Amino acid sequence: MNKKNTEYLINRKDNQYEVVIGLEVHAQVLSESKLFSSSSTKFGAEPNTQVSLVDAAFPGMLPVINEFCIKQAIKTGIGLNAKINKRSVFDRKNYFYADLPQGYQISQFKDPIVGEGKVILDMPNGQKEVGIERLHLEQDAGKSIHDLDPQNTFVDLNRSGVALMEIVTKPDLRSPDEVNAYIKKLRSIMRYLGTCDGNMQEGSLRADVNVSVRPKGSKEFGTRCEIKNVNSIKFMQMAIEYEANRQVDLIEEGKTIDQETRLFDTKKNETRSMRSKEDAHDYRYFPDPDLLPLEVSEKFIEELKNDIPELPDDKKKRFIEEFKLSPYEANILVSDIDTAKYFEEVVAKMGKNKDIKLAVNWITGELFAVLNSKGLEISQSPVSAKNFAILINLIKNGTISGKIAKTVFELMIDGDKDPQKIVEEKGLKQQSDPKALEALIDKIINDNREKAIEYKQGKEKLFGFFVGQAMKASGGKANPQLINEILKKKL
Amino acid sequence: MSDITKQSLTELVENIKNKKLSSTDVTKAFIQRSEKSSELNAYITDDFTSALDKAKKFDQNPNLDLKLPGIPMAVKDLFCTKNVKTTAGSKILNNFVPTYESTVTENIWNEGAILLGKLNCDEFAMGSSNETSHFGNVQNPIDKNLVPGGSSGGSASAVAGQLTPITIGTDTGGSIRQPASFTGIVGLKPTYGSCSRYGIVAFASSLDQAGPMAQNVKDCALLQEVISTYDPKDSTSINFKRNHYSKELTKNIKGKKIGIPKEYRVDGMPKEIEDLWQKGIQYVKDCGAEPIDISLPHTSYALPTYYIVAPAEASSNLARYDGVKYGYRAKGENLIDMYEKTRSEGFGAEVQRRIMIGTYVLSSGYYDAYYLKAQKVRKLIKNDFDKAYKKVDAILTPSTPSSAFKIGEKTNDPVSMYLNDIFTVPVNLAGLPGISIPAGHDTKGYPLGLQIIGKAFDEQNILNIAFAMEEKINFKNKITDWWIK
Repeated sequence: MNKKNTEYLINRKDNQYEVVIGLEVHAQVLSESKLFSSSSTKFGAEPNTQVSLVDAAFPGMLPVINEFCIKQAIKTGIGLNAKINKRSVFDRKNYFYADLPQGYQISQFKDPIVGEGKVILDMPNGQKEVGIERLHLEQDAGKSIHDLDPQNTFVDLNRSGVALMEIVTKPDLRSPDEVNAYIKKLRSIMRYLGTCDGNMQEGSLRADVNVSVRPKGSKEFGTRCEIKNVNSIKFMQMAIEYEANRQVDLIEEGKTIDQETRLFDTKKNETRSMRSKEDAHDYRYFPDPDLLPLEVSEKFIEELKNDIPELPDDKKKRFIEEFKLSPYEANILVSDIDTAKYFEEVVAKMGKNKDIKLAVNWITGELFAVLNSKGLEISQSPVSAKNFAILINLIKNGTISGKIAKTVFELMIDGDKDPQKIVEEKGLKQQSDPKALEALIDKIINDNREKAIEYKQGKEKLFGFFVGQAMKASGGKANPQLINEILKKKL
Repeated sequence: MSDITKQSLTELVENIKNKKLSSTDVTKAFIQRSEKSSELNAYITDDFTSALDKAKKFDQNPNLDLKLPGIPMAVKDLFCTKNVKTTAGSKILNNFVPTYESTVTENIWNEGAILLGKLNCDEFAMGSSNETSHFGNVQNPIDKNLVPGGSSGGSASAVAGQLTPITIGTDTGGSIRQPASFTGIVGLKPTYGSCSRYGIVAFASSLDQAGPMAQNVKDCALLQEVISTYDPKDSTSINFKRNHYSKELTKNIKGKKIGIPKEYRVDGMPKEIEDLWQKGIQYVKDCGAEPIDISLPHTSYALPTYYIVAPAEASSNLARYDGVKYGYRAKGENLIDMYEKTRSEGFGAEVQRRIMIGTYVLSSGYYDAYYLKAQKVRKLIKNDFDKAYKKVDAILTPSTPSSAFKIGEKTNDPVSMYLNDIFTVPVNLAGLPGISIPAGHDTKGYPLGLQIIGKAFDEQNILNIAFAMEEKINFKNKITDWWIK
């Protein structure tokens, strides 16, 4: 493991700085209804159509905890190898804003539902462990819309009360690449668990990014700045890069860094001060008297543990052991649950005499290319796992060559056609009859006598010419292995 | 029948069931008396027209199996009532009409009762004299110049003045028991978690509890039986086996041990309160029960603890009244300006005072010294009761340290006003049931009440003790109908 090569450092004259990053990820709990009300959480509905009296904080309305959201948070905690707290407390975080109907957000402050855990990242230079500080449940606020009217702000409360998990890391991340890997891994784990869809475009996953810098080798942390509400990995990386350099510049100029909250301007690619520590809100946290402390039993947790599917790390291990994949291949296949599902379905459909390596190459090669060019997720693949498996088997058993397979694959895309039928209908079956091929090759050698002599005299690269001619003559259907064998014999 | 409004709830129910009276007769009688009683200012909103319609409808097809068949009643304006304005005594909600019904009132209508109207109260139930109401103070039927107590002042006045046969109030620090004591009626604050808080405008969530107010203990028991239900819509509602309080009511309290806490003998307490208490102890003996001296050592910390916990919760509970979604909204230059003007204009002085106190005690740097400490003391106060209940079945104290005071007498002295709740507040902090029953008069002829405090969920026991004592006390309220022209 050569760490030095990939270390992310900021260089100024003789000084090198290390960047320290901690993330507070807000992940929307995958749930039909909100954290404390039965309103729908469906994305994209007409404004204010998914709002109950509780969500809009009408007088006398009371929150009632949604047990499903509790289960989702605990499952996520289990997925993060974290301590599940049998007793947790919902607190009120008090502040005024037009899209916060209660005048407080119900959150967990001192006693979160999930405690310390860890996430393992696969980095090019080896594995990296990122500590999880905590996971707590909280309500989302509504949405203020400022650009619909020059005079007024509109408020949409559809999101008000939707359950969020705030997942806080320890200050363990050291580069934009690690942040990228962490978010992807976290997203992957939650998608495996079905606890968050991880859809960043719809705001299901966003993060506050804490950044500080320190001279390389220093053990003490620098003053950190918090960049609020960044909603894509790319923006997180850009914001970190900008912010770290800004802080280093301040240090180099002999200035101090103010602890503050900053915003990332995606258009200008810079962070800007939002409020200083002195202006920080006093949220006046206190336990919500409308909700009793949340107590979960050991049995409740155990039942959820039994409900946990195979997670990416275990799946990867199994793929390597069971299918003899390389760690690299296994990583690609497990990082997204739908890819893993597709792959496993292909493996299952291939039956006894299967070539897993070939299937992996085809998934990561041809299939990914098609998905990429069409902008599709693997769950929307135009070729079903079943037909894909048949295609791989056709290659494996010599019915078609790899080259022909590509042609067949092209034809399969339109309407998920059965490759077997395509091969039959188009007469693409590989010619593997040695007698027919011998006749075909005899003719080619006859037609190219001079070249055959040159080859025999030592011009070995002419072998390729004969193969090409043979394939051409067969319309590409000749079994290339047989062609090779026969040519070698005849020439 | 001219004396309909003088009848107790139990009598009215019996007469309707025996078809001696119709719901229309009863409803008409209370509407007429209410209309003649506007000087008391007990109502904020009346619903007389639709009450009469409902009564007529009830009479067309009367369901006499219900517990409150066709019984008209007005309720404190802190309960949200569907399609009927609900103000909480505040300007900030002066135009608020709920689209929903509180669980407690829903329970009442489900048993056949009919809404007469919404009764005056201190703004957001913050007050002990009904003088903080945006809709003006309420007069005590006992005497024109007296406050009815608070915050359920309109409710107490309406029951004592026979504008409604019974009512429900809410009690956060004494808001049922103190006005009951001031007006010579019976008021029960149930165990926290006994009655649902769903649909009740919140003051201090960990203390608020709805409860019945009535002319006698039996009526009170019947109403408690109706309103106390487990409600999954309130996470603090408790699912316990509820008694048929009125059916199981008994005067047999022989051998019950009644604790007499020495700490309730506070400095400066008028002699007539001490005398009343002694009389109460004698009644207890007369009923065959046994008074036992006990100690509740942390009693003196209850009031300061209450005035940290309650304002803290209130400051947060009242944050939703911001002019954005419903209720009063002032015009402002921008969002912050709108908030400030709405809340400055919409809330009265006492509510603003408590919001400020609550905001202060929750502020970072003060939280531990005030709120956290108050929670610890609250636990100690509860422990005092737990310890006492190992020796006794219930506790007897005066309800208030004085009889009703004059309108305006304490409005400029909040601390003296707060001291009114000194005997009732510990009960809320401990989440226990407490009942105030009228037990005598002071030298001026004003009613005085005794409070019986029970174990958690032991409403039946304190109702029984109250029922037995009620007979011995044989209290007669001195009401002259002075306000009826």
